[in-house]
Amino acid sequence: MDMGTFFGQSASLLLPAALRSNTQTVTINPAQAGLARDESLLVTEAKAGNYAAFEELVSRYEKKIYRLGLNLTGNPEDAEDLLQETFLKAFQHLSAFREDSRFYTWIVRIAINEGLMKLRKRRSSKEVPVDEPTNEDGEVIPREFADWRPNPEQELQRVEMETILRNAAKALPATFRTVFFLRDVEGLSTEETAEMLNLSVGAVKARLFRARLRLREELSKTFKRG
Amino acid sequence: MNCKEVFQEISNYLDGNMDEDLKRTLKVHLKCCHHCQVLFDTTRKTIELYCDGKLYELPDDVRNRLHTALRQKCQTQSH
Repeated sequence: MDMGTFFGQSASLLLPAALRSNTQTVTINPAQAGLARDESLLVTEAKAGNYAAFEELVSRYEKKIYRLGLNLTGNPEDAEDLLQETFLKAFQHLSAFREDSRFYTWIVRIAINEGLMKLRKRRSSKEVPVDEPTNEDGEVIPREFADWRPNPEQELQRVEMETILRNAAKALPATFRTVFFLRDVEGLSTEETAEMLNLSVGAVKARLFRARLRLREELSKTFKRG
Repeated sequence: MNCKEVFQEISNYLDGNMDEDLKRTLKVHLKCCHHCQVLFDTTRKTIELYCDGKLYELPDDVRNRLHTALRQKCQTQSH
């Protein structure tokens, strides 16, 4: 499955409503329901010790977990560690997975716990803030009003663009960027994100607002016109 | 509606999460305020860039190492 799809849904479903309205008609892939059934079967088989079934589950979500790891930790080495640790933990604790949520939701929760632990360890070396700075007054004020160059993604090589986006994300506290990536990139609902991160719905909305605006400010430094 | 109020609502507007009256008022403001229009366009673009499906591909060597490590560790643990 490529990054533009989420459980077989059209990529446009991942975008906020205002973006979707400018893209394509929302369509549900007919295979979507079948995929969910297959997944439940794979989980049952994996729980019964069928390693091939577990490997199939890994193949379905490895790209998403790697991307989440890159966005959360900000570097490819940590993202690779996170990828391995997440699926190893999933295998070790598969019998504890009660199947009252999707398998994907369950492994994302494992990945986030592992990722935040990694960042907390790193925080002692003062590299990355995990939480919001305590002296912040709660107000986000836009400072950059210059329009961007048109289609910056077409001017840059993929690797350059990835580096710019990763560095911009690194400037945010980890909890903010986690909310941003779960909601805006992975397409989880506000409620799912709140449950996954043990936050209130209001806190998710507030963090998403601030994360979007702060990422925009960071990217404006690179993409503003002239 | 002033610029500060638009700014506070921009995230809800992107999510389509606001009542119709407020949405209409905000749209009118965006049409006549260049700063707020830029703010909206660039925030939307920010999300689009991070959603770009061509970015953050899983490199083959990382994928291979994942499957090798899992096979070794999982098989050891299941014995």
